[in-house]
Amino acid sequence: MTDALPQPLAEIRDDFLELSQQDRLLLLLEFSNELPALPERLQGHEDELERVEECQSPVFITVTVGTDGDAPGVVRMHATAPREAPTTRGFASILAQGLSGLTVEQVLAVPADYPLTLGLSEAVSPLRIRGMVGMLGRVQRQVKALAAVA
Amino acid sequence: MTAPVDPSEKFSAYAHPERLVSTEWLQHRLDEAGDEGTAPGLVVVESDEDVLLYETGHIPGAVKIDWHTDLNDPVQRDYIDGEAFAALLGGKGIARDSTVVIYGDKNNWWAAYALWVFTLFGHEDVRLLDGGRTKWIAEDRPLTTDRTAVTPVEYPVVERSDVAVRAFKEDVLAHLGKPLIDVRSAPEYSGERTTAPDYPEEGALRAGHVPTAVNIPWATAAAPDGTFKTREELDAIYREGAGIGDADEVIAYCRIGERSSHTWFVLQHLLGYENVRNYDGSWTEWGSAVRVPIAVGTEPGTIPNR
Repeated sequence: MTDALPQPLAEIRDDFLELSQQDRLLLLLEFSNELPALPERLQGHEDELERVEECQSPVFITVTVGTDGDAPGVVRMHATAPREAPTTRGFASILAQGLSGLTVEQVLAVPADYPLTLGLSEAVSPLRIRGMVGMLGRVQRQVKALAAVA
Repeated sequence: MTAPVDPSEKFSAYAHPERLVSTEWLQHRLDEAGDEGTAPGLVVVESDEDVLLYETGHIPGAVKIDWHTDLNDPVQRDYIDGEAFAALLGGKGIARDSTVVIYGDKNNWWAAYALWVFTLFGHEDVRLLDGGRTKWIAEDRPLTTDRTAVTPVEYPVVERSDVAVRAFKEDVLAHLGKPLIDVRSAPEYSGERTTAPDYPEEGALRAGHVPTAVNIPWATAAAPDGTFKTREELDAIYREGAGIGDADEVIAYCRIGERSSHTWFVLQHLLGYENVRNYDGSWTEWGSAVRVPIAVGTEPGTIPNR
């Protein structure tokens, strides 16, 4: 499992695991603050994105494959979530940073339990982590659908 | 050592005005304390739905208590025990005689839940900040991301008492026929859905409500600015609207017992009902339990023959 994990995701995981519980929360907050704004063409069209039902706060995601100047087969994930929901923003940011730039095959090969390996269950609670598991599943489903069309 | 009671006129109409403080009152205490942190004997606690919201900025000197990672037992579906509670509170610098003021996001939804758990341990002086986090921010009052320096204190190990304010499934069955309030959203009550609109992870196998329960969604008790409605308005909603009248026993429930903590607070402390219990098993237990009666649709329904 660990060997097959793409480099960016493995690095994020290792960064979390080497911190204390309290510092893991702060790193999650950093991710939250780093969530990039939606590309201009998507701004104001949030309702056209997919709502992540597993999360308590309104978070919307979308992916592209091989567009916006990316090579064919390269995935990019976009997400938006309110400032008042920093945990959810943090989850989205981890996935957006960890998955964007990977190939379709790499994204689909990410284990569904990746969020559980970040060592956040104690600091954030398993229930909340399930929101991130749901988010990853939705990203993979979108990628699969786009790849099938291509 | 306890802090003085907030003398606000709005609060004086409530049955227990000492259970609320205004943002002005808290600001005044903080200003008085100056650089020394908060006033002696007073600890401010933030309790939110989002576990990271406190870290984005909190009231100066406030500590964080999270409903999920701090107050729930990590293994069994229950609250923490007396030893864990003593360790938690002592570690936050809260003594048994401290005045605790709790505030949080979403109309104090989770703050009320924390207050209810404090009540299980008989912590005497615990209050809510009327309007919570939203009002504090709306009024441009100070927030900080500085880590609060806490001096741990000794908090005694007090055995949790579930008798007075907590109801279990059997209690609800025995209670049928007396006032019962379902504080979930209308579609959850009628049975159109088993989960709160934004909380699909906490579902139940069956949809509907406990027969005879009336539906008063919890946020009905809150004004647009997140503060509690006035005594008069609350009387109209619960005493008359929900038909509780002068009943002496009331049970409230929701999905896992957090939204109903908010209603419990209103009934117990603002309206002064003396025997109010919160059924924290709520719909996630009732809606998955075998052979308990369930009513569907918008009407309360009748007590089934037993």
